[in-house]
Amino acid sequence: MKSKTEQFKKEARRALTSGNMQLAISRASKRFSQLRRQAFAHLPEGEDLRTRAQAIKAEAVERQEEYLEQFAAAAEKLGARVHRSPDGADACRYIEDLARTSGVRMVVKGKSMTTEEIGLNGALEQAGFQVWETDLGEFIIQLAGEPPSHIIAPALHKTQQEIADLFVEKLGVPLYEDPQKLTMVAREFLREKYFQAGLGISGANFALAETGTIVILENEGNARFSTTFPRIHVAVVGLEKVIPGLSELRVFLKLLARSATGQKMSTYVSLISGPGRKNEVDGPEELHIILLDNGRARFRQDAELRTSLYCLRCGACLNVCPVYQRIGGHAYGWVYSGPIGSAMTPQFLGTLRAKDLPLASTLCGACAEVCPVRIPLPDLLLTLRRRIVEAKGHSGWERSLIKGWAACQSSPGCYRIALELARLGKDFVPGLLPPGIELPDKNFHRLWQDEYQD
Amino acid sequence: MSGNPPTTVTLFIPCLMDGLFPSAAGDLVYLLRRLGFRVEYPPDQTCCGQPAFNQGYFEPARKLARRYIDIFAGAECIVCPSGSCTAMVKKHYPALFAQEPETFSRAKALGEKIFEASQFLTAFVAPERIKARFTGRATYHDSCHSSRGLGIFDEPRRLLAEVRGLELVEMEDSRACCGFGGLFSKRFPEVSQAIGLEKIKQIQATGAEWVIGNDPGCLMNIQGHLNRLGLPIRVKHLVEVLGGRSDGRGKREEGREKEKT
Ligand code: SF4
Repeated sequence: MKSKTEQFKKEARRALTSGNMQLAISRASKRFSQLRRQAFAHLPEGEDLRTRAQAIKAEAVERQEEYLEQFAAAAEKLGARVHRSPDGADACRYIEDLARTSGVRMVVKGKSMTTEEIGLNGALEQAGFQVWETDLGEFIIQLAGEPPSHIIAPALHKTQQEIADLFVEKLGVPLYEDPQKLTMVAREFLREKYFQAGLGISGANFALAETGTIVILENEGNARFSTTFPRIHVAVVGLEKVIPGLSELRVFLKLLARSATGQKMSTYVSLISGPGRKNEVDGPEELHIILLDNGRARFRQDAELRTSLYCLRCGACLNVCPVYQRIGGHAYGWVYSGPIGSAMTPQFLGTLRAKDLPLASTLCGACAEVCPVRIPLPDLLLTLRRRIVEAKGHSGWERSLIKGWAACQSSPGCYRIALELARLGKDFVPGLLPPGIELPDKNFHRLWQDEYQD
Repeated sequence: MSGNPPTTVTLFIPCLMDGLFPSAAGDLVYLLRRLGFRVEYPPDQTCCGQPAFNQGYFEPARKLARRYIDIFAGAECIVCPSGSCTAMVKKHYPALFAQEPETFSRAKALGEKIFEASQFLTAFVAPERIKARFTGRATYHDSCHSSRGLGIFDEPRRLLAEVRGLELVEMEDSRACCGFGGLFSKRFPEVSQAIGLEKIKQIQATGAEWVIGNDPGCLMNIQGHLNRLGLPIRVKHLVEVLGGRSDGRGKREEGREKEKT
């Protein structure tokens, strides 16, 4: 996906004045976080599970190579073809070639952030294939020609009215107000695509090393359709998705849906072990699993930011983030938004290119409080901020200001003069203090001297 | 209450408190003395370095942290009327010196004896001994670094529950960020403001005349929004309420002279 992270400030301002969209985002994200809170209130072992989950991820990332080999061997034994892609371009090429040589014309997709990351839809369309997103939210933004604005609810920024209008315009159906009716329209439209498509593409939430199984969680059943109906299924799986096996999966199954939507369990949990077998009615003839690096091996070497690879893409940190709640996902300018986006995007695209992202946080810590794998998100943002400074990413003016400030703070005399100056100068420096904030005549240093000192 | 109370309390009054809320800091001195503590205030103290640290300027922050550690190392116990500055010393100082074992252990030791004011009061004083009066309807804002950073939530409420005349009304989400974030509010003023307005809506919904908090940064930010909107609601620092010398309208019950011990 193309990035416009450099325009964060502009896009954030645009989002703030967008009225409808702003309202839709804040409503939906608040609703999600409420549901999450309720779900965890009924899960007394929730905090322990989070600690467990973090430990599992830490170990899995530590021994990632080992687990990946085990996974690949097991999956191949089941008849899957495993391909390792160093980057997005390679993955896209692999899928294009596969589609071409297999005579495929239409592709259906289950929701996958990883394929958004590598811009797969665009690549396939350019190569002449018809691509249909089958997740309702993804389908909506595909029709609208927009990128996802939330990890799990890509069309979260759209109001019902906008969706209704969009369907009229793009699908030629009458104007329906009822969300259920709109869902039915999308379903009917997509149903025939499953039958026509020769290739189904999905991501994966987990890859189990022990059994070579990929695990997909969803609520609409569309991913199951997309991975079983077409003759070929391709799963694009980030390297960090590999975990040891089923017993670890159990921990995540308890946490993921609760963190994402407050559900006890996702409506559909598909465990896919190999392509369809001879005597089975369901399942594709071919299963291709692409293990995608696209920078992940490099992130893994980065001791300070490595925990970001634990991410389950549940979206909980977005929902509670005061910044995300106000500006939504598009302003972040790339696939991943919210706190985890601010921690990952600079790793994917370069610290300075995405430098506004880690800075655009109050470090309030709401994200870390809900992350099911306890990623210390504010600490990651601080590390990135330090790197921006180290790379001289700020203006010379700012750098000198901070330097001068620190020098002044190192001298009690200078500090006191600065306090006095702030009092005297606040009316001359607009914006130094919020409106109507008065600085009392005597600061505490003086008050102490005059009134409190023993 | 936990452990033996210290005899001497060393005050750390962060820069924003120093400049913006000096009389609240004075109320804290008054209160601590009334409760029987000896109060010290090292006059050479300046800023803890948090503004630089939060923006990733770790070197300047280290420089100020070293200075701070030297100034406060000898204290028996440090009390600070700001959650975020306490968190800075307690959590981030050790992290800043991860590569310097000696300074690291000094930072750690310092972290163990610093308390945010409400933590200190609930740990070493029976709240009913404070006997504060404050007339009015108030709501409490939990600052992020206080609530999520230091795990403070019950402490201020236990203290406020004992204040005569005070009616505390909780807002929908008292722990929601006020949008300040130090330099964040300068880098992204529109976003900061939008977050702040959410907070103000919640405050307004309580019908409170006062917003109490324990972080000068948040209080300044919230008051700024209230002023901008022309709302008659005012902020109060927790220690100002507990100091018990004002009736909520700023009138001192006792003359300054008498406060001297
Ligand atoms: S960082 Fe944590 S909370 Fe955010 S999406 Fe990833 S797993 Fe979920």
